Amino acid sequence: MSKPPVLTIAGIPQAVALSERVHWIGGLDPALRTFDIILKTANGTSYNAYMVRGNEGVAIIDTVKESFADDFFARLESVASYDEIKVIILNHLEPDHTGALPELMHRAPQAQLYISQKAQSMLKALLKQDVFAFTPVMSGDKVSLGDRTLTFFHTPYLHWPDTQCTYLVEEKTLFSGDVFGCHFCDARLFNDFVGDFRFSFEYYYAHIMRPFKDYVNKALDLIEPLLPVNTIAPAHGPLLRDQPQQYVQRYRELSRSALLNEVSAGEKTLLIFYISSYGNTRRMAEAVYEGAMAVEHVRVSLYDLEGSEIAPFVDLIEGADGLIFGTPTINGDAVKPVWDLLSSLAVVNLKSKLGGVFGSYGWSGEGVKMVEDRLRGLKLRVPIPGIRIKLIPTEEEIQVCREFGRQMAQDLLGLRQAKVIDMADLA
Amino acid sequence: MAKASITFEDINITVTAPAGTRLIEISEKVGSGIVYGCREGECGTCITKVTEGWNNLTEPSVLEDKVLRENMAGKHNRLACQAQVLGGAIKVKPV
Repeated sequence: MSKPPVLTIAGIPQAVALSERVHWIGGLDPALRTFDIILKTANGTSYNAYMVRGNEGVAIIDTVKESFADDFFARLESVASYDEIKVIILNHLEPDHTGALPELMHRAPQAQLYISQKAQSMLKALLKQDVFAFTPVMSGDKVSLGDRTLTFFHTPYLHWPDTQCTYLVEEKTLFSGDVFGCHFCDARLFNDFVGDFRFSFEYYYAHIMRPFKDYVNKALDLIEPLLPVNTIAPAHGPLLRDQPQQYVQRYRELSRSALLNEVSAGEKTLLIFYISSYGNTRRMAEAVYEGAMAVEHVRVSLYDLEGSEIAPFVDLIEGADGLIFGTPTINGDAVKPVWDLLSSLAVVNLKSKLGGVFGSYGWSGEGVKMVEDRLRGLKLRVPIPGIRIKLIPTEEEIQVCREFGRQMAQDLLGLRQAKVIDMADLA
Repeated sequence: MAKASITFEDINITVTAPAGTRLIEISEKVGSGIVYGCREGECGTCITKVTEGWNNLTEPSVLEDKVLRENMAGKHNRLACQAQVLGGAIKVKPV
């Protein structure tokens, strides 16, 4: 087996060869402990950038965070001169990959910049200047370096709208951007040399890719036909040259439902979460539950928020079709356990799920409306106005709750009858 | 004031709304699956398919056209946060 790479000679950062024509020219950030506010890392991270050499010029794929630009340029200079650079490709425009771009464009003004179709407005917003010409590319577009060809795969929302992968055809190397990446800094670089990064790989997926599972599956449809590849070269973490296909398979596994789903085809799932101080919102919840259960082909579940940690509920919500929240109003607000759950859902896709809210209140009852607004903000559909009941629900009011549950369940099945309403009558 | 009749096909509801109302305002209130992001014509989250009544909406601005192009939107797509209803019948659904 070959030896781990040498990253520095006499204090000068050096490029690391993936092959005769491909070099890693990135930066290592072992001290980082928090990334993008939302991610912890026990092992720092790396900002991977690459140089590809063809007989008609050089391509640079991604750059690094601005504070690591010196290492990036030193490594680049160890394997190429700036006047050789014909092509600069950005797979993803987040600042940790574009921090050295302005200086690189300054040093290699002849280079043509390639970004994805969806990256155009972001490039302008990131650089706050209009000086760079660029070529937007889509899946299947190619750029030639003579005897080396780079082709693009548009993989939106992995994890920004702009993200793409670039494939070096002749060497079967996939420069995957953040896809298949992780925050794990190890100077040995290659996955057959580095320490155990399995946790980091899974953690990265859970926080960065999980909200976009549908897009991950679409991207894998583009990537899997390339297999077997020789190397997957992501923008963070180890370079995957040993069994790279197993990481593709793992992404496919992780992009399935988090929980085994016992619901049969044609059935919909409706989850009702509630919390109650004096039992009034609980009585409403039970009535909503009864009403929804009367509708066939809807699997309804009722959960008291006091009875669980948040994480299992997040898994349940990810797989559900409809969500109803029952919250009392205390001091003019919905209660903290409800907000805690509703502020923990950024890791799952909620778009177009059905939402509804109900709750008992003492004197003003703002909580229901506030949670409805939050659900709309989370991109749920909230077609049926929520139910607010002052203190103890009467039997008539309980019947209103049953009807609310029934309507929600019917809506999930698309059973609502065509209706014409005037905008002025909408809440 | 002129009124338009907008049908949200995904929920089978038709709303009559005054001319000049933005599609997103109606969609949000009625609970259609058309969801919004920035509401300022920038992010492309609210791209909507117009299945009938294209000419009963305001013309897309240069900025909206640019955002639609960048997001590789289809031919009969609009940004719900930008398109205002003018009158007549319009049918829309989420993309």
